[in-house]
Amino acid sequence: MMNSVPTQADERQRKAVALISGGLDSLLAARVMLEQGIHVEGINFFTGFCVEGHTHAIRKKDRAKPKRNNALWVAEQLGIKLHIVDVIEEYKSVLLNPSHGYGANMNPCLDCKGFMVHKALDWIREHNFDFIITGEVMGQRPMSQRKDTMPVVARESGAGDLLLRPLCAQHLPPTLPEREGWVDRDKLLDFSGRSRKPQMALAAEYGFEDYATPAGGCCFLTDANYSRKLVDMWQARGNREYELDDIMLLKVGRHVRPSPRFKLIIAREEGEVKFLQGYAYRYPTLKVTSHSGPIALLDGTPTQDDVQLAARIVARFSKGRNADQVTVDLHLPGDDQAQQLVVTPMPPEQISESWYI
Amino acid sequence: MANFQLDARRLLCPMPVIRTQDRVAELRTGDELTITCTDPGAAQDIPAWCRLNGHTVLSIEHDGDELMITVQVGTES
Repeated sequence: MMNSVPTQADERQRKAVALISGGLDSLLAARVMLEQGIHVEGINFFTGFCVEGHTHAIRKKDRAKPKRNNALWVAEQLGIKLHIVDVIEEYKSVLLNPSHGYGANMNPCLDCKGFMVHKALDWIREHNFDFIITGEVMGQRPMSQRKDTMPVVARESGAGDLLLRPLCAQHLPPTLPEREGWVDRDKLLDFSGRSRKPQMALAAEYGFEDYATPAGGCCFLTDANYSRKLVDMWQARGNREYELDDIMLLKVGRHVRPSPRFKLIIAREEGEVKFLQGYAYRYPTLKVTSHSGPIALLDGTPTQDDVQLAARIVARFSKGRNADQVTVDLHLPGDDQAQQLVVTPMPPEQISESWYI
Repeated sequence: MANFQLDARRLLCPMPVIRTQDRVAELRTGDELTITCTDPGAAQDIPAWCRLNGHTVLSIEHDGDELMITVQVGTES
């Protein structure tokens, strides 16, 4: 798509919005544009599946580590504004019906990128900005950053030649900002492939030493374990609807499904105990009271026998695992009184490996 | 100038920032907003967002696992 140029001579400073993930590539792309005198502001879309910070915020062992939102940190390094946009609801249609399918796991990367660029296009129209930049590098990602799919993102997002990828622009046809001389194409880059060395060299040149390098990208949907839990949740429920709490809970605890009717989410440490306790208003919870032990959420429609089985499993993960009897409190949402269950902890050999999601 | 409250408990990064951002957009310069959070990352993220957007963090108080962050809205909201 070729976009039109304003007819009046216009020497104002051009404005670009940069898709900021918090990783190195978008940091560098924005920095390259700032160097060319472009006014840059960042935009970060929160889908609910972003790796950013969640499990670090939950698990106690990670609480001693300094925490930061990498997108905010990148914006601070660049000295630009950052707009964080909640797209959780809109993103559902991208995840559930990706026209280009999924990657290795439940990651709809090509549709996702098109969606985000389209949202950025809406944003620049609303805020009177001139173009969009991303940190994409040709050949870096197997789905959305290939020579044949990068034009698909530009076309299907509607951004067309308002989408500039500064790190690999030399491999792509000139965009409107380049043709109009808003940016100097000769100073744009020709990165390609999966090697990170050119980006690291450029980062060193700019003096960036501390930047995020998340393995597998910044999205839980690229993670095989997470994707398996997501698919399991959909299968168990018989539909693919989800809320933010559902997809947050997939990131926490040990997930054990002994029956199609229910699964257990068992806290693995103190931070997860506190986090899962926050869901007691919504889920039945099991808590070992006769011994030190975890809390577990019961998700699904368990029968009375299922609840007994669940209590035995939770007891297995308590300090009373070798005791003859363990007391487990069952709390139902909205009920102040706990029901006491006295159970024998399940022997480890009876807990099937296939129960672990 | 008025004081406002925002309950961001149980929300994890970056939702407390998003809720703060959206609420601040509705307020006037000089207004104060106290955000109650349980995500410890908010103690870094909300001040970072304020620095980027011209707002001032007046205080950060801890009460058990809860954080109360009070922000004064700057001129750029």
